[in-house]
Amino acid sequence: MPESLISLLVIIAVPLAIVGWAIAAYNGLVGKRVETQNSWSQIDVQLKRRYDLIPNLVETVKGYAAHERETLERVTEARNIAVGARGVAEQARAENMLTGALKSLFAVAEAYPDLKANQSFLQLQEELTATENRIGFARQHYNDVVAQYNSALQSVPTNVMGNTFGFKPAEFFALDDGEAAAVRSPVAVKF
Amino acid sequence: MAASTVTFSNLIAENRRNSLLLVVLFCLFTAVVAAVFGMAIVGILDPERLARLDWTQGLLIGGIAGGISLLLSIISYYGGDRVILAVSHARPIQHDDDPELFNVVEETAIAAGVPMPRVYVIDDSAPNAFATGRDPQRAAITVTSGLRTKLTRDELQGVVAHEMSHIGNYDIRLMLLLAVLVGTIVMLADFLSQMLFFSSVTGGRRRSRDESGSNPIALVLVVVAVILGILAPLLARIMQLAVSREREYLADASAVELTRYPQGLASALRKIDGDPEVLEAANRGTAHLFIANPIKKFEERAGSVFASHPPIQERIRRLESLTR
Repeated sequence: MPESLISLLVIIAVPLAIVGWAIAAYNGLVGKRVETQNSWSQIDVQLKRRYDLIPNLVETVKGYAAHERETLERVTEARNIAVGARGVAEQARAENMLTGALKSLFAVAEAYPDLKANQSFLQLQEELTATENRIGFARQHYNDVVAQYNSALQSVPTNVMGNTFGFKPAEFFALDDGEAAAVRSPVAVKF
Repeated sequence: MAASTVTFSNLIAENRRNSLLLVVLFCLFTAVVAAVFGMAIVGILDPERLARLDWTQGLLIGGIAGGISLLLSIISYYGGDRVILAVSHARPIQHDDDPELFNVVEETAIAAGVPMPRVYVIDDSAPNAFATGRDPQRAAITVTSGLRTKLTRDELQGVVAHEMSHIGNYDIRLMLLLAVLVGTIVMLADFLSQMLFFSSVTGGRRRSRDESGSNPIALVLVVVAVILGILAPLLARIMQLAVSREREYLADASAVELTRYPQGLASALRKIDGDPEVLEAANRGTAHLFIANPIKKFEERAGSVFASHPPIQERIRRLESLTR
């Protein structure tokens, strides 16, 4: 009697355990994939925040340094290009141009003591520093999450679920050498 | 650096396991302490019952005491972060009160991938900071106004990243649990010791001509209970501080994973270490939460089993070894 009971239990328990594992593995992969999408959109949120700050900055600087028109126009133009950019590579290029333009704007501001003492200029400067940092940190976090998702997708035995249900590995956010150098150079809005 | 993400999730899993293990061990420990005391008290008050090997009354006393302390633990676990913030005189702030601090916290939260914690400030010129809460969804970061004025943005980022690591790694839950459970053990041991003392006084008077004192089982129980009453709080405290010291090193390392800039935190620690001021809002119950020991005179004993933090020079040395 106990023997048949044991075999009955095994017959029930083993498939249950397999199904339970499959559900957990599938849900784990879905959760990780959602997290990569979330952290990607987090980058966009921060980029948008930067676009929103720039018109204010340009207006503030205009009040003190109106004849730096060329620098101001370059910032506005770079912003508009970045807003319209499509695709990761184009976006990265546009963002770099914007970072460069901002850098020269803040360099120009050095020559205007009144502007440097202006409260709303200082506030905008802090907000832009923070936003630049957030963009960097959001990209860093995106890559961390992608690494977790991809390694789960490639590890035994989760890869079985990944292959069966067509999970695709996520792409790392990477910069080519020139872009990487530009991003790594000190944040634009520091003096 | 390549394996950093794996290390992070391992850390979190390990902390969750530790928290669970801690709760289980604590329940067992509480049960044993309460049962021994209960039986010792019965042994003194009613030796005949003990001679009949009737444990029911002792276990009942122990069960009630243990049950009450578990209930108190649960209550203080769920209200613990609010109590800690209140006794530290921390006040909540919004973005416009201090944009730079708020931005630094938000940036670091993005880097760690945790929800934005609440931000609190303690009006005290001694530079220090701590994080608390049950989980990342209900976490709070507190800094002193002294920390705000004395550190640069990069140094502040290092300190906030250290606190964010405590949040992301679930250290805050472990430390909150430890504080609650150690407090409960101290209280329980204290209460039962007094009850034992009281019953031995009254029981001894009532039965002065009996052989109550010479009952060997009762005697052994009383001796064990007294030893437990002395050792239990001490052991609990030593264990709490050992966990706290280890967490500080880990949070320093995770902070560097977030900011990728060890100099910021190292330089902040150097400033905090060199600052002569004492944080009035901290006490021995909350000291282990802060980034650096707020009670300076204990700093000399750092390295001993009663230190809540590892020696700050050693932490700076480890951070600087990362830059080479």
